[in-house]
Amino acid sequence: MTDNIRALTARLADEPSSLAFLELGEALRRRGQLEAACKIVRGGLSRYPDLADAHDLLGRILGDQGDLAGAFDAWADALRFDPMRSSALKGIGFLYFRAGDIHAALEHLQRAAEIDPDDESIAQALARVRAAARGTPVGPPEQAEDTFTPAAAPAPSVEKATAATSLFPGPENGDQGVMLVDGNGLRLSGNLRSPTNEDVGDRVAAELAGVSREASRTTKLLGLGAWEAIAVESPEGNLFLVAPTPHTVLLTMRDPSLPMARLGLIAERAARDARAWLGVPE
Amino acid sequence: MSPTNAALERVTRVPGVRGSLLISATDGLVVAERLMDGIDGRAIAALAANLIQRLVRATAGAGMRIPTFVHLRGKTGSVLAAPGRNDLVLVALAGADANLGLARVEMLDAVGRLA
Repeated sequence: MTDNIRALTARLADEPSSLAFLELGEALRRRGQLEAACKIVRGGLSRYPDLADAHDLLGRILGDQGDLAGAFDAWADALRFDPMRSSALKGIGFLYFRAGDIHAALEHLQRAAEIDPDDESIAQALARVRAAARGTPVGPPEQAEDTFTPAAAPAPSVEKATAATSLFPGPENGDQGVMLVDGNGLRLSGNLRSPTNEDVGDRVAAELAGVSREASRTTKLLGLGAWEAIAVESPEGNLFLVAPTPHTVLLTMRDPSLPMARLGLIAERAARDARAWLGVPE
Repeated sequence: MSPTNAALERVTRVPGVRGSLLISATDGLVVAERLMDGIDGRAIAALAANLIQRLVRATAGAGMRIPTFVHLRGKTGSVLAAPGRNDLVLVALAGADANLGLARVEMLDAVGRLA
């Protein structure tokens, strides 16, 4: 037993209600003492059933043990208590990837990347899944696992992560929830899929030209200046519209669990990328 | 005070909100209003109704139901809209400094009560 594990064990014995079980569980997991780690974390969860960190850690331990169904449940619990938990999204993305569901893997990893754009391990995992989607060889499974395992994340590289998480739907980016439309309602770039996975890009693009005109008219006549954004909440999803240039509209659509303010930040970032793609100076 | 006027009063009390009104989405007519002096309720109603109709078509095209809340942000203020049942939409005009989060909560609550 290392000094660190001994110290953490002693601390937990002294204060059974402390959160030291998280540190101890992770230390045991890293040492490969998975049974002990699992026991410690489950004990902690009995005291703190709403703690997303603990569910997330349990997901990693169960994943290491090969209990993929258990890991999925644990990460799903983590997301229930903290929908913005990128490590749990990444974990579930990995499980979908392992199960061969590339679309679901991409969806989860993209959300993780939006939440945590500086996490290089997420960017790498996304690149790997996209390569798999294109049919490019992605290396042996154990290499894929290294990319996905949260503990294997190397130190973040801001430059690389930013490049890998560009949200603008250019030809190199298969984002299914971002679409750029011109002033005549024609799609310039990007895709949009309905909640039932139907391609609805062109149909929605045709309506967006009218939305942009109405928005301009409304803000102008009411003395509110130029329109900057439209946020639309719906039971099936949230939409955020911005105008990267006076003659284009960028639509970003996400699951309603993503807070609208965060969706707005994502949309603004995608709009910056769109302006660069269109060659419009900032 | 009628339930409609009480609902409009609550929304208008939110800091930064200049007025609120209940409109008919189909024809853009004002059903009830509580606005600061100098604000033309009929113009807001007509413009908001048009915008909502467009957005309803866009969301329907995306395979989604009618929006539950819409926020149009301009440079110096916002138009907020909460579609309800029976073709009614609760609309508010807010300044750039308004507490939009509180306005949204009040509007969703109010439109739920009016339904």
